[in-house]
Amino acid sequence: MDKHLDDADTARFAAMAMPHLDAAYNLARWLTRNEHDAEDLVQNAYLRAFRFAGGFRGGDARAWLLTIVRHTYYTSLRDGQAEKADVSFEVDLHDRDGGDDPADIVASRDDCRTVNAALARLPVAYREVLVLKEMDDLSYKQIAEVTEAPIGTVMSRLSRARQMLLAYLKPGD
Amino acid sequence: MNCQQTQELMSAHLDAELDAADEQRLQSHLAGCAGCRAALAELEALQGRVSAQATAYQAPSHLRHRIQAALAAERAAAPSKSRPRRGGWTAWPWAWINLGLATAASAAFAVTLSLYMSQPSSNDLLEQELVASHFRALMPNHLADVVSTDQHTVKPWFAGKLDFSPPVHDLADEGYPLLGGRLDYLQQRPVAALVYGHRKHIINVYVWPAVAPLREQQSEHQGFHVLRWSQEGMAFSAVSDLNPQDLADFAHRLRAHAL
Repeated sequence: MDKHLDDADTARFAAMAMPHLDAAYNLARWLTRNEHDAEDLVQNAYLRAFRFAGGFRGGDARAWLLTIVRHTYYTSLRDGQAEKADVSFEVDLHDRDGGDDPADIVASRDDCRTVNAALARLPVAYREVLVLKEMDDLSYKQIAEVTEAPIGTVMSRLSRARQMLLAYLKPGD
Repeated sequence: MNCQQTQELMSAHLDAELDAADEQRLQSHLAGCAGCRAALAELEALQGRVSAQATAYQAPSHLRHRIQAALAAERAAAPSKSRPRRGGWTAWPWAWINLGLATAASAAFAVTLSLYMSQPSSNDLLEQELVASHFRALMPNHLADVVSTDQHTVKPWFAGKLDFSPPVHDLADEGYPLLGGRLDYLQQRPVAALVYGHRKHIINVYVWPAVAPLREQQSEHQGFHVLRWSQEGMAFSAVSDLNPQDLADFAHRLRAHAL
């Protein structure tokens, strides 16, 4: 069963998928929590999406691609490829603390770092729904599609994610 | 609605994802509860902080190039009609003929199989009907024709409307209060629909005389879970957005009562 990919297929896929590269990368970046793994993940996911582009029946291309990014991430986790991600995440966080030029450290950057660190601390099931909601502004229905969970689960995970985030950001934590 | 229930709904309220009934209940609780108003303000501030300060990462430009190159490589590696075959291979035409026949045969088989698989089974059709009916029932004023938590009111209500008498049990003591019943129409026949609640969730239980015994089976359609079984000559189908564990727990309690 040969699949005859031609330039038109490639162009069609690129026109559909490339506009959503930022969204795909952002999700990958928050799942893996480091740049290097995020890039590999997005590339693998896009290749996979390209091979299965025939399975895309129109509709929400962004949600479809995000589903594949997430799927690819969990597959790589199962295969043990992403183990190192957690380690480099720690390095990433601590390396930058205090190492910068004092003139650079304006209050807003510190605030961003605090919120980013709190978000990165969330367990992945809560982190992903919050990223999809707050950064991609997906509806609960779309998040349910991407995460392959019932809408009720999306609703309760978001609620819980926000409570956890509040707790992480409380002074003294 | 108490404070805990209110706070569980706040996040969906901020995302404008609450249905009208829950929104109303939330608002009326908020009006009289300063504590919950403060909690909501805190959650709102958090949302503002996340959208202003959390980083939405942008794909680096080299990634765009990397992916485009990888796609081009993928395309080059894929078999293509236009590529000329190497001359040496034609020396064994039988090998090619065999391969061609085998490919054609397996392709024909694959087409047949996929046609067969894409036919929805009668089970699938029934489950889709069940989910559609459950969904319709969730629309305002569609849930119950007889609104009562009393099994002795609900059961007689069906008399004269159905050619069978569905077993009706209230499970309020076990966390699944009976909310009412209604007539529904499935598989070209009238059926009894019993409505139960569990926390904020609604469970519709459809009952009709079983054609054949059915072992318990669970499935999921569009985010709703369907649990079907038969007992004492009746076919039961429970449909809900509850998680499968709670739905199974509910079904087991219901079955225990019907014995």
